[in-house]
Amino acid sequence: MFPLLKIVEVSKVYDTGVLTITALDNISLEIKKGDFVSIVGKSGSGKSTLMHIIGLLDTPTHGKMYLGGDDVTKLPEKKLARLRNKEIGFVFQSFNLLQRASVTENVLLPLRYSNVPKSEWVGKVDEILSVVGLTDRKFNKSNELSGGQKQRVAIARALINDPSIILADEPTGNLDTKTGAEILNLFTQLNNSGKTVVIITHDSEIANHAKRKIEIRDGRIVNGDN
Amino acid sequence: MGIIETIKSALSALSSNKLRSILTMLGVIIGVFAVVLLVSLGKGVQNYITDQFNALGSNLLFIAPGKAKFGQDPAKSFTLNKLDKKHVDLINNYASEHILYVAPSIRLGNTVEYKNKKYYATIVGTNEFGDRIFDTKLNTGRFFSKVEVRAKKKVAVIGPLVKKGLFANVTGVGSSIKINGERYEVIGIFKEKSQDFDDQVIIPYTSLKDTLKLDKLSSIVVKVKSNGELDLATKQINLALLRDLKSDEFSILSQKDILSSIQNILGILTLALGAIAGISLLVGGIGIMNIMLVSAIERTREIGLRKAVGATSFNIAVQFIAESTILSVTGGGIGLVFGWLASLAARAFLRTEVTLWAIILSFTFSVAVGVIFGTYPAIQASKKDPIEALRYE
Repeated sequence: MFPLLKIVEVSKVYDTGVLTITALDNISLEIKKGDFVSIVGKSGSGKSTLMHIIGLLDTPTHGKMYLGGDDVTKLPEKKLARLRNKEIGFVFQSFNLLQRASVTENVLLPLRYSNVPKSEWVGKVDEILSVVGLTDRKFNKSNELSGGQKQRVAIARALINDPSIILADEPTGNLDTKTGAEILNLFTQLNNSGKTVVIITHDSEIANHAKRKIEIRDGRIVNGDN
Repeated sequence: MGIIETIKSALSALSSNKLRSILTMLGVIIGVFAVVLLVSLGKGVQNYITDQFNALGSNLLFIAPGKAKFGQDPAKSFTLNKLDKKHVDLINNYASEHILYVAPSIRLGNTVEYKNKKYYATIVGTNEFGDRIFDTKLNTGRFFSKVEVRAKKKVAVIGPLVKKGLFANVTGVGSSIKINGERYEVIGIFKEKSQDFDDQVIIPYTSLKDTLKLDKLSSIVVKVKSNGELDLATKQINLALLRDLKSDEFSILSQKDILSSIQNILGILTLALGAIAGISLLVGGIGIMNIMLVSAIERTREIGLRKAVGATSFNIAVQFIAESTILSVTGGGIGLVFGWLASLAARAFLRTEVTLWAIILSFTFSVAVGVIFGTYPAIQASKKDPIEALRYE
């Protein structure tokens, strides 16, 4: 069986005209369905670039990437958007919620760009909000929530289209230790229920929560290569 | 995203910053308001003039001194005025075949007095046909006769406004009014007709010449038997007058000629007013573009997020165009309603008319403004790289 995600000898080179920066240097990586992976590295190590490539926000300069066995290395913008909508659930450090919109509005945002019929939206939102424990907050505006609640809304938004991979970029970076631990537990729970989770972090303590840890330094995988 | 979803999403984005949305719309509101109101006022002036002309009666020809020519000093027509009683006779003698009445006319504004009351009226000197030529009807009393004209009798028939101004509750007939210090006996009062007629004081032109020391006529008015005979009558009058005058010393104008040339001028004026108001609509459009550009920058992260969760560049562009179009359409609608209400209010003074073309034009223009001025900001917004956009602080 194909791994869920396969990256083969991927490099990302930025050429500013004056300076050539190699953000990723010949990286190969496989993530299987049901994995809980952390990608850990210092600032400038290339972990964000790797996340962008996994998240289909960016394309590699060299190498190949496969998602569910399909080559997704060089796809047109429209197809990439379609795949991001269906297959990737993003969670960001700074939540990135629509400030004046309600919790429900925020959670169903990906559905607006999907083919899911509108009649199913409300049911899906209710279901996901109960998973993240925010049923009683669904009519609140997102700027009325605490940091932890905001991140739960973001996680609900990431889950709404039942994506193949949850991709979380420093998901606890803006939270206190206790709330951060709660969010990490939520990821563990989601993983236990079968979700594939990838966390990108600079903090190896957080990285230790994952089942598998991949360390990246100067654009290369230095530890945890499979 | 479907159309309804796009509109809903745009509405929610716009309502999240209500004050700004309203201020942005204001430009378009004022623009459409101005177009609708000014065009309807222009139309009102046209209606007013048409009404005045229709009130004159039909089948009239006006013989004016000089040639009605553009670029000529209008004062020249007056200083070289040669129209006189003998030209009225010439028409009567040589061109009477198609004509009902011929009346000389001297018109000027002057004060009339009764006891200690004063009224600024239009004094008209004419002959015994003065009432029939303009189809004016008497309320009380009578019009003056041929004999009274010949005898230079000091008699006057006055309009209802003059009566109201001088006599209030008194009947007025039989009283004496003063014009330029000379006493005139009021022998009749007209029924209401239209503003221009109602403030007239009509007296025999022979008496007016004496009282005000005038010797020339302002014009000669001819009532032709029927509409079909206007052209023939014009030709005959022309020949008759050429016996004494040179062709550039008079002009014969039909009601239709005068009306259509005034209508032409007013039509162009109305169009010009609309166009000037249209400029403010354009400024409103630029206001929308300005705000949408700011909005695209402010919402950089939101754009990044939307792209991350599956929006294409096209989706983002459509969202921004939807927002700017809703702003301009709503603004256009509000402006239309206000313009229409203002034009209704103006009906107190003028028979204004909100024309369909003004509605369609201003509304279409405001929609176009929204789409056109929304496109550039929408493209700017849609071009944002999601990675850069998500990083934007």
